[in-house]
Amino acid sequence: MKAIVGKQDKSNRSDCYIELEILDSGGIQLEMSSKVEALFGKQNRELINELINFFEIVNAKIYIEDYGALPFVLAARFETVYKRIFPNSDKKFLFPFSKHSKTKSNKERLRRSRLYLPGNSPKLFMNAGLHKPDGIILDLEDSVSPSEKDAARILVRNALRTVNFYNSERMVRINQLPLGLLDLEEIIPNRVNLILIPKVESEEEIHTIENKIKELKKLHNIKDEIFLMPIIESAKGIGNAYSIAKSSQSISSLAIGLEDYTADIGAERTNEGKESFYARSVIVNAAKAAGIQAIDTVFSDVSDMEGLMNSVLEAKSLGFEGKGCIHPRQIQVVHQGFAPKPEEIEKAKKIVEAFKDAESKGLGVVSLGNKMIDPPVVKRALKIVNSNW
Amino acid sequence: MKLIKNYAGRLVPDKINGMTQIPYKGIGKHKPKGFKAKPIIRSCADYPSDGNKIVANLKEALIKSGIKDGMTISTHHHFRDGDALTNQLFDTIKELGIKNIRWFPSASFPVHSHLLQYLEDGTIHHIEGSMNGALGRYTSNGKMKGIGVLRSHGGRYQAVQDGEVHIDIAVIAAPTADEFGNATGDRGKTACGLLGFALVDSEYADRVIVATDNLVPFPCVPWQIQGNNVDFVVKVDNLGDPSKIVSGTTEVTKSPDRLLIAEYIAQFFEDAGLLKDGFSFQAGAGGINLAFAIYLKEMMKNKGIKARFIRGGSTKYLVEMLEEGLTDYILDGQTFDLEGVRSMRENSGHVNTSPFTSYNYHGKGNFAQLVDVAVLGATEVDLNFNANVVTHSDGYLLHGIGGWQNALFSKVTILAIPSFRDRIPVIVDKVTTLVGPSDLIDVIITERGIAINPKRKDLIQATKNSNLPIRKIKDIYDEVIEITGKPEKPNFDLNKPVAVVKWVDGTVLDTIFKIRE
Repeated sequence: MKAIVGKQDKSNRSDCYIELEILDSGGIQLEMSSKVEALFGKQNRELINELINFFEIVNAKIYIEDYGALPFVLAARFETVYKRIFPNSDKKFLFPFSKHSKTKSNKERLRRSRLYLPGNSPKLFMNAGLHKPDGIILDLEDSVSPSEKDAARILVRNALRTVNFYNSERMVRINQLPLGLLDLEEIIPNRVNLILIPKVESEEEIHTIENKIKELKKLHNIKDEIFLMPIIESAKGIGNAYSIAKSSQSISSLAIGLEDYTADIGAERTNEGKESFYARSVIVNAAKAAGIQAIDTVFSDVSDMEGLMNSVLEAKSLGFEGKGCIHPRQIQVVHQGFAPKPEEIEKAKKIVEAFKDAESKGLGVVSLGNKMIDPPVVKRALKIVNSNW
Repeated sequence: MKLIKNYAGRLVPDKINGMTQIPYKGIGKHKPKGFKAKPIIRSCADYPSDGNKIVANLKEALIKSGIKDGMTISTHHHFRDGDALTNQLFDTIKELGIKNIRWFPSASFPVHSHLLQYLEDGTIHHIEGSMNGALGRYTSNGKMKGIGVLRSHGGRYQAVQDGEVHIDIAVIAAPTADEFGNATGDRGKTACGLLGFALVDSEYADRVIVATDNLVPFPCVPWQIQGNNVDFVVKVDNLGDPSKIVSGTTEVTKSPDRLLIAEYIAQFFEDAGLLKDGFSFQAGAGGINLAFAIYLKEMMKNKGIKARFIRGGSTKYLVEMLEEGLTDYILDGQTFDLEGVRSMRENSGHVNTSPFTSYNYHGKGNFAQLVDVAVLGATEVDLNFNANVVTHSDGYLLHGIGGWQNALFSKVTILAIPSFRDRIPVIVDKVTTLVGPSDLIDVIITERGIAINPKRKDLIQATKNSNLPIRKIKDIYDEVIEITGKPEKPNFDLNKPVAVVKWVDGTVLDTIFKIRE
């Protein structure tokens, strides 16, 4: 019985390659080389021995090439290779929660930028939060090949427990159902703030996922709210957008994915975006009707910052409040694009003052000059004033 | 040989390769008395009356130079990893059966791993210059016969001038030269820019050989190396690979973390009030530095600020600043790309300098101390702001010092570094090897934040209201160690020094020991 995990390649930085062969006798034969042998060789061996004991491996040949993997990566890879031999094992080698894993969220927080990280590429995890995206998505779906779904799931679980994502909201994009349910089992107990659900077409899918989350929260005694962001990526999904948007109290935002949507309607994706104008407007309208955020697709040309800015300004003008990022350099541009203009901030401040004034006087109606201000306008002004743009 | 503790608390040998050494005493404390080393008197009556100094080949030039066992032979590093001459030179020395050469290059490169066989068979006794890549590993494993000596570019000049190193034969690779020995680096198919590092060799060596693959009729103009100092000229077919002469470090980084560091540097310039009309800075090659120059350029344009001079390592990015009028001068120590070479050839504001003008300790001042801000790299920086550029945390010797120690004398020295590489911390509790003393290192800029040396109260005060993530170095260190784990220390054999690091004044700053296997 033999399994492997990882790429046997020096360029596989911050990761490792492991071969595990379970034998009938002969005890443990461990061969391990490391790029950081002089600095971490001893610690690595201690961890591997701990893992061998934890998984109760008695007779095995273990071959490891380490390219600078951090402990949470090494442990995830070891667990993966073990479970490739023993897929029914329910053993999980869990690191204690680090103090950084406690980022709380709330339904209405800013979600201007969300940075996608391929869930099986640990070298990108450590510094992602330094670029200050509103959210970091550990992606288990499109960026992970089908043969590595198991590896990514365990790696992302370990990352959620140990990695400091600074103040970014901790998001995971799960796979489509039913694989997504397996993802939830690993992810939900580990302090995730928000789940992105890909290719949603009906409210039933949301209910299935919501029920699974409820069950897992109960099982693991989790009190914190976990929000949902369905991504609509098909004609059928657009058709059901409003019913999806209002299908659960946990949905904080509704997003659109244009790559799949344009393919689905048989149109070519253009920069001008005429082909997706209808769908995007439907998303905005459905989201606003359900009282949640409307979130735009990613901008995929990472070298075109001007194009990105134009795309953000266009999204903002349609009513979107966020945009996907696939490179950290896009984040600041997105934030600048969504930031209110100085005159918007000034106006918002005046409205908020008038609101406070009305409140203190016990008036039911807010007015500025001789104009009455409607409650949604007040709410929007409060959001502009209270947000840290 | 015994080890003594120097002013920085580092153990250094009292003797190296039989020569008595002076331990490091602190910055600006060591001032040798007496006279500079003097070159031998020559008379033009002994040279060809028609000025034609061409000899058939390198071998003949070496024989005519009187090569023998134990001599010091110098080369210079302008061809970097594209250098073909040094390897040919030692092939010839080997062929002549000469042993125990002290090789005195201004730097070595991976291409010079060809010379490992000559270290092994005794053709080369030891290296004084830099030991990069495979040569560094060989040295760290304790295999070199003598003790290696690492010097800065300025320290190399100093060592020749105060007699610590006497060059018997200098071999200068020249992209263009005439038969009289005038030579330049700014043109020819292997153009590398300038030949400043070979200046001291040409002035002080007993014999000077110029090798060129582009012989032009007298006069070779400009003459960066004066033919009046040259004994022999050799025409060779292949001096080097032009694609590697100016290469490698000239691409702007795409790494988002390094771009973030570059952005922080430019912002620090502004917030600390360093960005003002008539200012000056030094920027080397390397991804972060190039990106920083681009951000800085935008800022200067927006604010209408112009520099008086930039010290390089020139690249196309600095050349653009010169051509767009954002600086009056580039004072260039070495060119990193072909745009730099072109600019040096064509633009009178792009000035060719040498370690004498820029870095020399025995000069009456030098340019490096006039620079407002220098942005440099490092392999390690410790909690006391000491820095290392020659070894990595695993203890292996890997890099030379270059002009790094000399550039520390600028008014504000910034080290731009990632806080860790893969799993290897760059911010450490104590540097593996001390190359830059903390008194000269003012600011550390990493992707995790900026730390200012507590001694620089002025900079701390100036950036009090900055939005930059300015933190204590210990905070950044703690965060890094939390991520990587606390590394073990390399296992050095303290009985076996394999190389020393010289300070710019010739004193011994630190020792590199053999790694136990």
